[in-house]
Amino acid sequence: MATPVLDRNLHIRAIDAYIDPSVPRERAIITHGHADHARSGHGAVLATPDTIAIMKVRYGEDCAGKFEPLDFGVPLHIDDVTITLFPAGHVLGSAQVLVEHRGQRVVVTGDYKRLPDRTSQPYELVECDLLVTEATFGLPVFQHPHPNLEIARLLRSVADQPERSHLVGSYALGKAQRVIGLLRDAGWDAPIYLHGAMIRLCELYEELGVELGDLRPATGTVKAEMAGQIVIAPPSAIRDRWSRRFPDPVVCQASGWMSVKQRARQALVELPLVISDHCDWGELQQTVHETKAKTVWVTHGREDALVYWCQTQGLQAEPLNIQGFEDDGGEGADA
Amino acid sequence: MKRFAQLLELLALTPSRTRKLAALTQYFRETPDPDRGYALAVLTGALSFRNVKPALLKDIVLREVDPTLFAMSYDYVGDLGETIALIWPHHGEQSDLPSLTQLIELFNTTSKAELPKLIAALLTQAGINERWAVVKLATGALRIGISARLAKTALSDMSGVELQAIEEVWHGLKVPYLDLFAWLDGRAGRPDVDQSARFHPLMLSNPIDEEKDLGKFAPEDFSAEWKWDGIRVQLVLGGGTVSLFSRTGDDIAQSFPDIVENVSGVAVLDGELLVGRDFEAGSFNDLQQRLNKKVASAKHLKESPAFIRVYDMLFDGRDDIRTLEWTERRKRLEAWLVKNPQTRLDISPMLPFADWDDLAAQRRQGADEHGHEGVMIKLRTSPYVPGRPKGYWFKWKRDPNVVDAVLMYAQRGHGKRSSFYSDYTFGVWKGNEIVPIGKAYFGFTDEELKLLDKWIRANTTAAFGPVREVKKELVFEVAFDSAQESTRHKSGVALRFPRISRIRWDKPASEAATLTDMAVFIGAT
Repeated sequence: MATPVLDRNLHIRAIDAYIDPSVPRERAIITHGHADHARSGHGAVLATPDTIAIMKVRYGEDCAGKFEPLDFGVPLHIDDVTITLFPAGHVLGSAQVLVEHRGQRVVVTGDYKRLPDRTSQPYELVECDLLVTEATFGLPVFQHPHPNLEIARLLRSVADQPERSHLVGSYALGKAQRVIGLLRDAGWDAPIYLHGAMIRLCELYEELGVELGDLRPATGTVKAEMAGQIVIAPPSAIRDRWSRRFPDPVVCQASGWMSVKQRARQALVELPLVISDHCDWGELQQTVHETKAKTVWVTHGREDALVYWCQTQGLQAEPLNIQGFEDDGGEGADA
Repeated sequence: MKRFAQLLELLALTPSRTRKLAALTQYFRETPDPDRGYALAVLTGALSFRNVKPALLKDIVLREVDPTLFAMSYDYVGDLGETIALIWPHHGEQSDLPSLTQLIELFNTTSKAELPKLIAALLTQAGINERWAVVKLATGALRIGISARLAKTALSDMSGVELQAIEEVWHGLKVPYLDLFAWLDGRAGRPDVDQSARFHPLMLSNPIDEEKDLGKFAPEDFSAEWKWDGIRVQLVLGGGTVSLFSRTGDDIAQSFPDIVENVSGVAVLDGELLVGRDFEAGSFNDLQQRLNKKVASAKHLKESPAFIRVYDMLFDGRDDIRTLEWTERRKRLEAWLVKNPQTRLDISPMLPFADWDDLAAQRRQGADEHGHEGVMIKLRTSPYVPGRPKGYWFKWKRDPNVVDAVLMYAQRGHGKRSSFYSDYTFGVWKGNEIVPIGKAYFGFTDEELKLLDKWIRANTTAAFGPVREVKKELVFEVAFDSAQESTRHKSGVALRFPRISRIRWDKPASEAATLTDMAVFIGAT
């Protein structure tokens, strides 16, 4: 392949723009609103309208010099570079970035998942020459079960232990709304209680057309009345003093990491729910094949295994060790 | 199997001991024989299979999964059984697995050649949770934070029979414990366990708290002796039969024929197994050589003969004397040794002392001049109580040696610490380079572990498989019991029982110890 239109820091030299830069830049293209991709302080931000709305809620109206909304599927021509955003299926507004330059097609996936999710625009496959893919769950031990099975386990536990409340640790952007959506689809019509950190983003999702049903603040509730109820809170709050306001809470966590029981044990999670907003190993492999990319750059996660596997498939592959990303899905990681 | 898999998962994930206990009790109450007996065997680690071993499971999975990807996955997950359960790539039509009993029979009766096919079929047929349970069963390493004691406590809760009474018969029982459950259910009497060849749970000591305890204790109420640096054993002499048990009740007679063939009489004795000629104890390293071998070689028997330094007596002849006071048991032991002269047993001498300061001085001198680990202090009136009863026996270890060493490499831990970098190799200066002197994986809190993990990730300079090399900047204060010359370590030094005593975030690596500093410790032992 000719010299790629972007370098290993995801810098598109021809138009001097960076994709998801970790430090403030003059021009940034932002794939989605999670903190390890979207930061405040850039000069100009190009992103989907939903992502821009999310950034404004999280970081403030003036978190960038200016915003340039770009709808999905609409090509934007800058000099001889064309930028098009395609849905990534990760969270509301999440996009893959297609960069075209003199016949070369490069796709930067950002974070993505391929299972349908009614709280996010559905993933679209984009063929390319160079695929820059995340690999959060890039090991063959990650084989995510269908989320409906996990929600069924949660609801069974609620039914079996009506005297306890269930506290579901979920990342505030994306995972929380996804869990709520899945619960609603499974027929859970009761109010769902929210930690304060969730409220504003849930409201925004509703404003942007994602219905979430009867949501109420968890603070100020009467302890005894919370038996048999479901509360959504950030992972950091579920084992904190904050959780003591609920009757004998069952600590749950919705995350792809939860398939590893030893990890759940470490995190003192009693009911692990394997609900992930990322591809599992099989979906990563599927994506590499289906995009028909000849070159694959791997970032965000267990790069080594996916790079190794791509090479066994006769593809050019290398890890991108982009600065500023924790490699192991710590507490705050959305997964 | 489904029910058992659910129980295992609940036990693994429920932090509350009370809830674990309730789940176990309920399981034992509701599950028929012999399933519950086999479950009990799995939970107490009493079950092992002749042909089903972790290596076999690994072979089976490596026929289906790329070895490099498997190795990366194992490094990440940190638990072999769980890695296999998660990585298994085939998912068939899920159907009910055989019962626990049937499964165990299959594992025991299927020929070695047929086992891989059988296990592969089971893994494919199982749902994820049952697959995890099957692999745990097959590899034997549960790692779910359940002690045998908790399982027995559940039996006690279920039946109302005292835990102590269950412990008493435990080591004479056989899987799947039909006579035990019959007794617990009230359908039969207490199992008739052969007293002569069985293990009697040991009495253990508590570390002394110098400030709190010694002020309260009257020295004349206590007896002292050296703390011997061997392995704790129980010798059961049945007059013609001899059993030698480790502290956990494993029969280790096979490894020590030199003892077993040269003892006589009828008694149950408690003591320390040591190696050396003429009752002169060699180093723990010499003993380690013999412990590593299941069957002792002629060379070992000649060069490192074993003996037992006896310090207590549980049965005098056929008489259970455990309820007698220590002073009385000691008298009986001395008399027994006179009546039954032995070539492989000697008695742990008492250490006369005037007061605690005197004993402290002897303890220090013993450590400096003879490398003694410390002293044991025993209340003269104490009965022999299995377990770790409070207030009777105390160990007063000598102050550890400490050295400031530099962190060199880190490796991920296993079990509860999987995915954290929790195993550390550290070293000291030799000229301008740092050479490793040891490895430790405990001595720090969970909070500190998180900080260390973070530091290691941020300061990695190279990775070799699961091992990370880090910048030579972080200093550990390492405590250890003794140092020995070693040909195995590049530094020529090996530490005994090293642990991290403090993390010296403040100390520059240039101020860490040198190899020359280590020489004094080697001289001391």
